[in-house]
Amino acid sequence: MKITHLKQLLAIFGFIFAVGLVQTPALAQQKNDPKFNKMMQDSFRAEGIAGLNRIDQDETQKFCSDPKFANSKQAEAMREKIQKINMDSIQQPSDGKYIGDWKNGEKIAQSGRGATWTDKADTVIGGGCYNCHQIDPKEISYGTIGPSLTGYAKLRGYSKEVVTYTWNRINNAKAYNACSNMPRIAHFKLLNEQQIQDVMALLLDPESPVNK
Amino acid sequence: MQRKLTLGLATGLVATLLTMTSSVYAQKSATDDIAKYREMIADGNPSELYEAAGEDLWKKPAGPKNATLEKCDLGLGAGVVKGAAAQLPRYFKDTNKVQDLESRLMTCMQVLQGRDPQEMIDAPFQKGPKKDMEAIVAYVVTLSKGDKIKVSTAHPKEKEMYDLGKRAFFFQGGPMDFSCASCHAENGKRIRLQDLPNITEQKGAALGWGYWPAYRVSSGQFWTMQQRLNDCYRQQRFPFPIYGSDVTIALSMYMAKTANGGTVETPGLKR
Repeated sequence: MKITHLKQLLAIFGFIFAVGLVQTPALAQQKNDPKFNKMMQDSFRAEGIAGLNRIDQDETQKFCSDPKFANSKQAEAMREKIQKINMDSIQQPSDGKYIGDWKNGEKIAQSGRGATWTDKADTVIGGGCYNCHQIDPKEISYGTIGPSLTGYAKLRGYSKEVVTYTWNRINNAKAYNACSNMPRIAHFKLLNEQQIQDVMALLLDPESPVNK
Repeated sequence: MQRKLTLGLATGLVATLLTMTSSVYAQKSATDDIAKYREMIADGNPSELYEAAGEDLWKKPAGPKNATLEKCDLGLGAGVVKGAAAQLPRYFKDTNKVQDLESRLMTCMQVLQGRDPQEMIDAPFQKGPKKDMEAIVAYVVTLSKGDKIKVSTAHPKEKEMYDLGKRAFFFQGGPMDFSCASCHAENGKRIRLQDLPNITEQKGAALGWGYWPAYRVSSGQFWTMQQRLNDCYRQQRFPFPIYGSDVTIALSMYMAKTANGGTVETPGLKR
């Protein structure tokens, strides 16, 4: 008699538990939506250097297009996977040189040009750094989407760790933050190695106005 | 010795304060100057020239059918222009589509005047038939100035368009990984000195949606919403959004619905 009761009780609990599992809305990445895909395909046309393949998303872009899921607890493993893919794609400088010319770096940081359909294939692409970051304190026209980089190395030091971290972060910010707003500079070849070395100097040369 | 140190500290402090205030001042003044400029020409927004031209085009017979646009139904009945733009985009039974102002005007030009919409779609902004469109848009949106933004998602097609627009807003692509949300999903951000509205919230959406179409001082041109969105996508490094395409209407629906309750301030006056 008692055992039967227990069995019934267990069965009831089991049932409640199962219902609970079913009813808890498990947050998942948004589903592929054929209607949305068709809308995107039909709504754009290639123009100049901006081909239609620009709306073919890679895994990172797909993941980050659903910020509600991407920022959720459930997506933690996926975030780490995305970060690893991006980290693995980073190449250290071929000549072993991390620091270039900060004056060139400043010019690169100032320019937000390039890669639009009104640009030519040979338009030099800028770093666009000031669009989002404060850098040289003398430049008052800076954006605030990214953190201020004024006093960058003065605050963090000039150690090998800081230098490598900065190299990686400029090359591919998504190696550290899966859905960072910052473009993946080296991944999409927005800047070449020399240009990245120059931007590095802007942040890490003691003579750069950033560290004065 | 102590006196010297105090003096030194004080000078340092003043110097720091001065640098801080001067850069803050410079930033503030850039925004202030735009505000001042707005005030100066508030009585005479150059959009008025477009608006007057648009009213003429509305009432002038044109196209293969040599007809006017005066019977155009923008959602509030044939020929009703006043207040119509404040409730767009919306679902239209005759086309069985959700349409924004510009795609609806193309329908009217086709049905009433016999004009080929493809010519309008293919024309570059500020040129040829688009010039007429821009003037007509200026005329129509001026007649909603001061109204409340009131867009419905009651029809299933409207709700669907809103959902598609929301998804498009967050869709990342291109060589810079940008989506609309890269710049317009947080409060208090700027690109350089340009303030960015957070379009995912009512207040920010009203600041964006409510002030376009607008006269752009920097280019000396009147820009429709379609041109505004087109240039956003250009800067996102996307391919070219086709004029009046569903993605532009879906995004408009998402912005307008989010902005509901805000005030129509069109034609706006922008940097």
